[in-house]
Amino acid sequence: MNVVSVQNLTRRYGDVLAVNDLSFTVAAGECVAMLGPNGAGKSTTIEILEGYRHRDGGSVEVLGVDPARATRAWRSRVGIVPQGASDMTDATVRDAISLFAALYPHPRAVDETIDLVGLTAQRDTRLGRLSGGQRRRVDVALGIVGRPELLFLDEPTTGFDPEARHVFWDVIAQLRADGTTIMLTTHYLDEADQLADRVIVVAGGRKVADTTPADLGSRHGNSVRVSWREGETRRDELTTEPTRVVRDLLTRFDGEIPGLEISRMTLEEAYLKLVEEAS
Amino acid sequence: MIRATWARTVYELRIFSRDRRSVFFTIVLPIMLLVIFGSIFGQTKLGHGVRFSQYFVAGMLASAILYSSFQQLAIMIPEERSNGTLKRIKGSPLPPAAYFAGKFFATVLVYVVQAAGLFIIGASAYHVQLPHGMGWINFVWISLLGLLASALLGIAFSSLARDGRAASALASPVLLFLQFSSGVYMVFTTLPHWMQHVGALFPLKWLAQSMRGVFLPAVFAQNEVGHSFGYGETALVLTAWVLVGGLWCWRRFAWVPLDQA
Ligand SMILES: Nc1ncnc2c1ncn2[C@@H]1O[C@H](COP(=O)(O)OP(=O)(O)O)[C@@H](O)[C@H]1O
Ligand SMILES: [Mg+2]
Repeated sequence: MNVVSVQNLTRRYGDVLAVNDLSFTVAAGECVAMLGPNGAGKSTTIEILEGYRHRDGGSVEVLGVDPARATRAWRSRVGIVPQGASDMTDATVRDAISLFAALYPHPRAVDETIDLVGLTAQRDTRLGRLSGGQRRRVDVALGIVGRPELLFLDEPTTGFDPEARHVFWDVIAQLRADGTTIMLTTHYLDEADQLADRVIVVAGGRKVADTTPADLGSRHGNSVRVSWREGETRRDELTTEPTRVVRDLLTRFDGEIPGLEISRMTLEEAYLKLVEEAS
Repeated sequence: MIRATWARTVYELRIFSRDRRSVFFTIVLPIMLLVIFGSIFGQTKLGHGVRFSQYFVAGMLASAILYSSFQQLAIMIPEERSNGTLKRIKGSPLPPAAYFAGKFFATVLVYVVQAAGLFIIGASAYHVQLPHGMGWINFVWISLLGLLASALLGIAFSSLARDGRAASALASPVLLFLQFSSGVYMVFTTLPHWMQHVGALFPLKWLAQSMRGVFLPAVFAQNEVGHSFGYGETALVLTAWVLVGGLWCWRRFAWVPLDQA
């Protein structure tokens, strides 16, 4: 059963086509990462799904409802971790989480939620005095305190140090194990790789791949980059048959092939190539 | 809804009490002004045995209504729109009405503290006579209706600014103009006619005038426009602003910055 279904979604800001004919689905229990560089249209898309932004075209259904017509009952089933919030600076961690916990029919216990995101030591600290990463964890806690069926996270770990990122990844793993459907955006490939069952790669508002992280890697992952110099310019070729390419090169050059390099393409390069081809 | 409203009210009050600036401007400053003016003009008599401090407290309460509701909301809400408070609330199951009601009740409670401070200091140090009998009833309805009208206007005004800073820059001159054109600092009938007419369109002039009705003896009605404290007109004008402000908020309130929706 699909929890999210998006068809031919379009949104423009003046002349900028931020989301361009985007279609995808998220099934119940799935963890899907929307991966793309800054400005790819991730926030626009996810905020349309959250019911914050309007759309110019296409159809959207989230938990069986058009988010533009969200009800309170729907809101209590959806958790949101927005990008760039700096609210409630004078509230303590516990004040803020209690305030929102009380709004949901079956909330997670406040202290348990605080513990889950690793802020037990800071629970009486005001949000304005937390570090950037700690503050972000409060956002995550606020997103999950209502035990949502579906959780949206917009660039949840931007600005985290590596340790905080791993704490966060553990939290997500636990939510997944509990059966929460998760849709997150990120511009970190390793995060998508680590967390997601499926990766939707977007660039320039368009979908350029929709597949498992493993497949995203192997799509170009079996490729090898053979590169060499011809006069002043550097040439390269992506191939699954590097030996054949080198043999061809040997017939064109006498002796040494100038500047010969052969390297296996990483997942990172595969992703960058996808994005580059799209824009 | 009642529980959510109560939770928001408690939260708003707690946040307010932690913000030293707000506490200073809404609670401490009016009392300081009373002490300063009371010390300078406290003994001045206005006739019929009424001291100037009596006149002054009425004006301070009218201003307090405008400051604790209109100014507070006109600045806080743009701030909360730009820092994501409103966005988070919209994404939660909180009924929007509970957010507004929480703000309003917190405003009322802050006003009660302000008024109590003025009453206690005024009565004990500057011979201010507190209202009695019908005076209390008038004081209560004028205050509540005034707070409601000013709060709704503050919420409507909040659509005009991108953030708290911009809102503050926009609201301050408006408030200053209203105070001068409403006879809070100067006797209304001495203002130029055009200013009297403009002032009469807005709540503050009526709040100040009807508060004088609460604090001054009936003979002072002679000094007002139309020789009356104008309770009826006050109720009418305030109710009209409640309707206009309420309609605007209901139709036009934005939870996320307009350029992001
Ligand atoms: N409120 C806005 N007004 C105008 N342009 C916007 C607005 N929000 C986003 N854009 C533009 O739309 C494109 C997609 O932005 P966004 O959805 O924020 O991407 P991402 O989240 O992937 O970084 C960008 O070109 C951005 O400049
Ligand atoms: Mg974004």
